[in-house]
Order: sequence, then structure tokens, then C-alpha cells
Amino acid sequence: MSSRGPSGEEQKEMEDKVASPEKAEEAKLKARYPHLGQKPGSSDFLRKRLQKGQKYFDYGDYNVAKAKMKNKQLPAAAPDKTEVTGNHIPTPQDLPQRKQSLVASKLAG
Amino acid sequence: MAIMKDSGGGNDIQWCFSQVKGAVDDDVAEADIISTVEFNHSGELLATGDKGGRVVIFQQEQENKIQSHSRGEYNVYSTFQSHEPEFDYLKSLEIEEKINKIRWLPQKNAAQFLLSTNDKTIKLWKISERDKRPEGYNLKEEDGRYRDPTTVTTLRVPVFRPMDLMVEASPRRIFANAHTYHINSISINSDYETYLSADDLRINLWHLEITDRSFNIVDIKPANMEELTEVITAAEFHPNSCNTFVYSSSKGTIRLCDMRASALCDRHSKLFEEPEDPSNRSFFSEIISSISDVKFSHSGRYMMTRDYLSVKIWDLNMENRPVETYQVHEYLRSKLCSLYENDCIFDKFECCWNGSDSVVMTGSYNNFFRMFDRNTKRDITLEASRENNKPRTVLKPRKVCASGKRKKDEISVDSLDFNKKILHTAWHPKENIIAVATTNNLYIFQDKGN
Repeated sequence: MSSRGPSGEEQKEMEDKVASPEKAEEAKLKARYPHLGQKPGSSDFLRKRLQKGQKYFDYGDYNVAKAKMKNKQLPAAAPDKTEVTGNHIPTPQDLPQRKQSLVASKLAG
Repeated sequence: MAIMKDSGGGNDIQWCFSQVKGAVDDDVAEADIISTVEFNHSGELLATGDKGGRVVIFQQEQENKIQSHSRGEYNVYSTFQSHEPEFDYLKSLEIEEKINKIRWLPQKNAAQFLLSTNDKTIKLWKISERDKRPEGYNLKEEDGRYRDPTTVTTLRVPVFRPMDLMVEASPRRIFANAHTYHINSISINSDYETYLSADDLRINLWHLEITDRSFNIVDIKPANMEELTEVITAAEFHPNSCNTFVYSSSKGTIRLCDMRASALCDRHSKLFEEPEDPSNRSFFSEIISSISDVKFSHSGRYMMTRDYLSVKIWDLNMENRPVETYQVHEYLRSKLCSLYENDCIFDKFECCWNGSDSVVMTGSYNNFFRMFDRNTKRDITLEASRENNKPRTVLKPRKVCASGKRKKDEISVDSLDFNKKILHTAWHPKENIIAVATTNNLYIFQDKGN
């Protein structure tokens, strides 16, 4: 093992960071989120993109899930989350307030 | 150096503030977020759509003959609620009323027509003027109440009398239920009879007169959704060839399709893709290569694409690489990690050509927007801000300092406000007049030398 200067692999990594700020940013991201395994082009990522839209309380889903779970708790959103997404089944308490009625655009004012 | 009119030089033009529309307050209501801006074919009308589903149309004043040095101002002509929030009961999903795109039809008669779309439904709106009304009915009073018929002893012919101009918008066609996914583009064909609408996975062809049927011309949905690797991000018809259209993808490719080749244009006629050096590939590569907008030049010879960091011009005759590439904000490459965390990396910037196809424009952050002159190869960064709002004062170019010593008047990358994004810009088809939308304000800039 050389005691002088970086090894071949380390040197390549350093060169990468200098030559490619993108790769340096990638390293930063991976350091912050070690479980970030999925490539952005993966189908999960894209399918989430296809599903954008606020989900609302669905009486059917809710009761079916309740029947399945019996005594167990329904999967609930984390208390700090405001959006209802993914597998979470909205409960009446989670419902976001309905939007305000519409007024004229301020561009026309 | 003589400045030729229509030389199109992005830097020979001296841009001045002309007008700003919208509220001054910093607290922006979500409904007021501008989501699309579009001039009509003559440039006399300028339409905006917002997140609240409203359309506001501005009309340019007729040129004032006395003050011949300034082009007319744009004033409100019509405003209406185009789309309302809807609810898909089957999926328990709300359908946003946000107007994704507005496209004008060329004018055929006294009325104006435009298409506006949200995520699911496209509507054809007729905007017409009424400047006279019938008066002198026999059976009705002037206020509309019916007269007692027994009191009518004479007959008269009602006549039209002038009235204050009233501009009315009415929905003439509603093109619904054709898209499972979210509509990102609409484009009117040069035949002026058909148009396309594109969502994440499919493109449909419509006839403007027919609302209960549309033809699917592109379908990239895989049989197994687990195999999904790319989505459609934008689509546009060729300005002259009614059989040709292009669509861009989240992987940075553009496909040109010819409807004469087959009914279902799943197989492209041309595939435009710039080769990538695999050793440069990173986690972000695909995200930043996703094309957020594609626009044909007016000539139809070129097309422009916008990805996260650059604008590329492609010659339709050359598929293997763009002929020109312009860096919009390359200094963001070393900020991709935080831009991914705050979701800004997914921002969809649009781009536009000037009337002579010599200059292209696109937006950036901090309410900056950029113009690139294709002939002189010079570029300029300007800011849409109320601080520069003295009419006829030339806008000062801005500069972002990427690293190292920041010069006076430069702004460092870390001071940029990433909440102030200019996603939508439009260029008048004939004049050097541009419309730039910040989050909730619309700025109009004009060339000083008008």
C-alpha cells in the first residue's frame, strides 16, 4: 500500500468530482439518503408521476379495508404529513378542506 | 452600428419594461399562479391561464398615431372561468382546474377561438364582441319585462342600436373523456380542422367539430406497467406539414411521426437523440435530460427543446445531435442535490422563438429569463421585477456568479430565489414584444426602438 498520494481508485474519485460536479452532487445525495437505491427512470418513479392528484375519502375503500383489518389499526398518515398519498386509506379525519369558491383573476383587476 | 429592424439580434434589441399585471402582494393565492401564456396569430391578443382555471385575455390598443414611438398597451379584453375542479368518483381523485395550455385558432371571422385544456378536458371557446343590441320590441319593455299584449296597439320593427362593447366568451365544444393520464400538450394542425392532445402515455387526434370521438395516434403504454421507462412530455404539430408531428420524452428523445405512414404512429419516422458519454452518467442524468417543452420554428425547418439546464435547436434533417446548444443556467449543475431535494429539478420550463426564428427565449430562477441570439451567438439575462418598472428605461442585464469572487452587481448562485421561477414566456409573432410570467404576475416588455 502506497503511503504517498491517493490510491488509483481514490484518485479517480477525486478526478470525477472535479471533472463532474454532477457526480459530486450524486455522492452528496447518496450520503444523505443511503437507501436511495432506485434509479429515477424506474417504473415506480414514473408511475408515481402518472398518479398525481389529490386522493379523497372513498367510502368503499375505507370499509373494505376496515373489514379486512378487523381489530388492527388502518394504515394512517404520519401526523406531520398533510398530503394523502400512496397506500394510505384516507379517513374522514384526514380529509383536506374543500377549496374556496372561485373569484375573478387578479390579472384582470 | 446600424440596428436593423427585424435583425432579431437579442442584444441589439433594447428591452424596456412596458406593463405588469397582477397583484403586488407577496402572499400568492394558489389560484393566481399563472400556468400558461400565449399570443394569438396576429399578436393583438394575449391569453393567460391560471391554476384556478381562469383565462384572462388582453388586447393590444390600436397604435396611437400621435405617440408613434410606443406600441399599444395590452388591456383586459375578456376573462372567464374555463375549467372547474372536478371529481373522478371511480378513483377518488380530484381533477385540477389548472389550465395547462391555451392555443389560439387562426381567425376566420369576427370572432376569436381558442382551445384551453386542464389535465383531462379540452374546451373550444368562442370570444365574440357585441356592440349593438336590438331595441324596440313589440312585446317586451326595454328592461325585458313582458308587456301586457292587450296594451299593444301598434307594430314597429325593432332596430339595432349601438351599445357599449361587450366581449362574451362561450364554450362551443367540450372534448372530454379521452385521456386516462394528464394532458400536457395541445397543438392545432396546419389544416385548421384537427388538433392533437397528448398525455403522459398517449396522443389523440381530434376534429374541431367532433367531440364524441377521437383517434389515438400514439400509445406508449407498456402491456405491463412495471416495464414503464419513459413518458411523453410534450407534443406539437409541424407548422406547415399537416401530416407531421413530434413528441418529446422524459428520457430526452424526440420522435417525429408521419401520419401518412400508418394510423397508429407508434413507430417513429425520425428519432432525435444526442449521444451521451456513459462515463458522465449520474443519478441525475436522466432527470435533467427530460424535455419539458418542444417548439417548431416558424419556418418548420428547426425545432427547439428545453431540458433542465439547456435549450437545444435541432435541424429536422439531422437526428443524431442538435445543431445548437445554449446553456441556460449551467451553474446549477453543482446544486443538483439540493434541487432534487426541493423538487425544483422537476420544474418544467417552456421556451419560445421570436417571429423571425433568430432569437430564442426561456425562463430561469430568481425571476430571470434568458435570450439567445442564434446569429450573433450572444445571450442576455434579464429580470422580471417591479423594481425596474419605469417605462422606456432599458433593462439592465443580470449576471450570476457561479463561484469565486462575486463582482459588483453579480448575484451568487446561493442567493438565487428558487421559488421565483419563470416557466412561461411568449414572444409576439411579429414584433419585439414579449410576455413573461412570474408566479402570479404577467410582465410585458418591448423593444425601445419601436
